Amino acid sequence: MKTIKILGTGCMKCEKLEQSARQAAEEMEIEFTIEKVKDLNKIMDYGVMMTPALVVDEEVKSVGKILDPDEIKKYLK
Amino acid sequence: MSSCNCGNSNIKIIYACSGASDVGSLSDLAARKLRDEKIGAMSCLAAVGAGLSGFIESAKAADKCITIDGCPVACAKKNLEKIGVTPKSFIITEMGYEKGKTSINETTVNEAVSIIKNNICG
Repeated sequence: MKTIKILGTGCMKCEKLEQSARQAAEEMEIEFTIEKVKDLNKIMDYGVMMTPALVVDEEVKSVGKILDPDEIKKYLK
Repeated sequence: MSSCNCGNSNIKIIYACSGASDVGSLSDLAARKLRDEKIGAMSCLAAVGAGLSGFIESAKAADKCITIDGCPVACAKKNLEKIGVTPKSFIITEMGYEKGKTSINETTVNEAVSIIKNNICG
């Protein structure tokens, strides 16, 4: 089970990163949960200075970027 | 980060060595003043050294990282280089301050900040 979190306050870029992450996980046919973290204090707890950010199993994988599903797949292996 | 900054294309992050010496202290105070003047955001060097992923990925994603070290040992600069980031480096002792002989007061902090601000580009 992979735990995916999208850090960001909910703008279009955050939404797009969430869609990419969901698509990547579904195409890999893995079990996953996905959570949007919009609270700035919680985002700051990760040390993230730019959003959107992708977190997999509590490790920050990318900051300030929209990744496509193929780029995200390498973080879900 | 005080609000959504998605798409912000000019992120500068400032790191101070915050070392134990007087010049380490000056590096820290200068970094905080630069942050307060909105020259850049300040982040935690210790977290980078500890290998915390959010801090490391933020440094890698920033447009510019600025390190302020007290002395030529340059721990802040080396911490960033260790994760593959080449920062714009400032060293307090190269600004005319001597380790162990520097008074920490408003004047010295303002002087250091002024030197950094005048040389931050490039």
